[in-house]
Amino acid sequence: MSHTEHGAIERPEIRHTTLWHQSVTIFRRNLIHIKRMPEMLLDVTIQPVMFVLLFAFVFGGAISVGAPAGYREWLLGGIMGQTIAFASFIVAVGLTADIDKGIVDRFRSLPINPAAILVGRSMSSITHSFIGIIVMSLTGLVVGWRIRGSVLEALAAYGLLLLWGFAMIWVGILVGSAMRSVEAVNGVMFTTMFPLTFLSNAFAPSEKMGTVLRAIAEWNPISALVQAVRELWGNTGPAPADSHLPMQHPVLFTILWTVGITAVVAPLALRTFRNRTLQ
Amino acid sequence: MFLIGIVTEGTVNGVGREHAIEAEGLVKEFGETLAVDDVSFAVPRGTVLGLLGPNGAGKTTTVRMMTTLTKPTRGTARVAGHDVLADPAAVRRSMGLTGQSATVDELLTGRENIWLIGSLYGLDKATVDRVGGELLERFSLTGAADRVVKTYSGGMRRRLDLAVSLVATPPVLFLDEPTTGLDPRSRVELWDVLRDLVEDGTTLLLTTQYLEEADQLADDIVVIDRGKVIAQGTPLELKDASGKAALVVTVSRAEDLGAAVERVRSAGLEAHVEEAARRITAPADGLSDVTRIASIFDGSGIEIDDLGLQRPSLDDVFLNLTGHRAEEVDGDAMDGDAHDGQEVPA
Repeated sequence: MSHTEHGAIERPEIRHTTLWHQSVTIFRRNLIHIKRMPEMLLDVTIQPVMFVLLFAFVFGGAISVGAPAGYREWLLGGIMGQTIAFASFIVAVGLTADIDKGIVDRFRSLPINPAAILVGRSMSSITHSFIGIIVMSLTGLVVGWRIRGSVLEALAAYGLLLLWGFAMIWVGILVGSAMRSVEAVNGVMFTTMFPLTFLSNAFAPSEKMGTVLRAIAEWNPISALVQAVRELWGNTGPAPADSHLPMQHPVLFTILWTVGITAVVAPLALRTFRNRTLQ
Repeated sequence: MFLIGIVTEGTVNGVGREHAIEAEGLVKEFGETLAVDDVSFAVPRGTVLGLLGPNGAGKTTTVRMMTTLTKPTRGTARVAGHDVLADPAAVRRSMGLTGQSATVDELLTGRENIWLIGSLYGLDKATVDRVGGELLERFSLTGAADRVVKTYSGGMRRRLDLAVSLVATPPVLFLDEPTTGLDPRSRVELWDVLRDLVEDGTTLLLTTQYLEEADQLADDIVVIDRGKVIAQGTPLELKDASGKAALVVTVSRAEDLGAAVERVRSAGLEAHVEEAARRITAPADGLSDVTRIASIFDGSGIEIDDLGLQRPSLDDVFLNLTGHRAEEVDGDAMDGDAHDGQEVPA
């Protein structure tokens, strides 16, 4: 650090950048995090694979479903639904860590749109979740899951998962901005997301549940998503006539739920983020 | 309590009388707590302002308001002529901030940290590579540039933090306790870098609880305690206002002490004697007293170890102003919370 050796200090011009450029920069930074800590991906790789294997081989024999290739094929849509629902978890953990470590403050002292912090975080979290979706698809193919519908329908199912992931981002921003530590995020998300994903048709058919439980499960937004991807992949027939409305029109309800969740949670999430970072 | 107006003579790039930073009646309340209470000051372009105060005095909160990270409850501030409330985006384009806790990304390498901030400043990759390489060199980080920051020492992190803030060399830099936790050598090195920046026209505002640091670097000092400005002026003005300078004579042989005291008194000065240290101190007006005493001793046969003028240290100034020493307030209890803006008067 000999200050005598250098000449005049260069002053490169600070230039205006677009929200897109800023978001992509932060996205790339977040991807470097995943590269440096591949264990961050355990939640969308090893964990769901274990779920598939445990449920398929432990409960598989005991649960009978109407799928062409049995429980294992039927299960996969459920695990996919759970994996993408946990995108909210991933957003929340990443955001809380950045706020907690002062990284968000540093970004906010720069001439960038603060929204870039959220957009970049969302982009990397969706990527993170979709790595999980790809791993799940491959695992599914190994244990006997097949896509039996048309290519278009199959893609529509993946599209619905992506759409659901976007709605989950807002939940993640809300929780991530409200919680003071990564540990708190873990606590809140585990105690809400696990019951929420299990109180659905993800792992066991809702038709066989008691009246009250069945109503809760079938109106659970996750169930509509899971039913929709199962139908689009040809892993299950249409829901029985006595099931609740969302099961009869799963694709429509998946879209309604995502729009509804976004409309309610997004303003709340943005306000919480602003209050948290501009106190 | 006294206030000394800051003489405004910014002359960088021929622009006279221009302030790079102005705080106007900044107030910040956190609930019932008044963290910053009516703080005003101005920093001429190309100069260094030291914001001096103990932990919890409101330094960090003041910096957060001036860097758009926290909205003032009342009052406002201008950075490079832009109002933090009316045009925060323009403020962010004109300044860089190095926070109290080193906010570099632990999972990125040093080089990647520089790339990240450079890219957000809108610099192209070639510029970031070139400027970043120079900065890493200047901060002795070249060897560690491609290592993940997690493996860095505290001093390395701070140096990288500063390097990152400098990648676009903004005209105004806010440094919140830049040398806290650094070893003495790194601290002096950092001071050298900061002097270079100022020489090159950068305006610096640095908060510190080290009086020596303010004395070394700052053109003007604002002393805050419990959220209030309790004094401001140049280091010299603050010292002068805190008491007269002292003439200090140390004789070589203890047996000469009596004769030396007589000579000092005969010159009309009021001498205080510390026998064990063979030292005589006397309030003096300045260098004229020193030369007068020096000529008296010259050829007197009394051997002198040391003769000089001692001004009160900023430590004395601080003690005088606040009734407590700068570095003994509440330990480091507030350090960890500072980036949450939870700074509370001690």
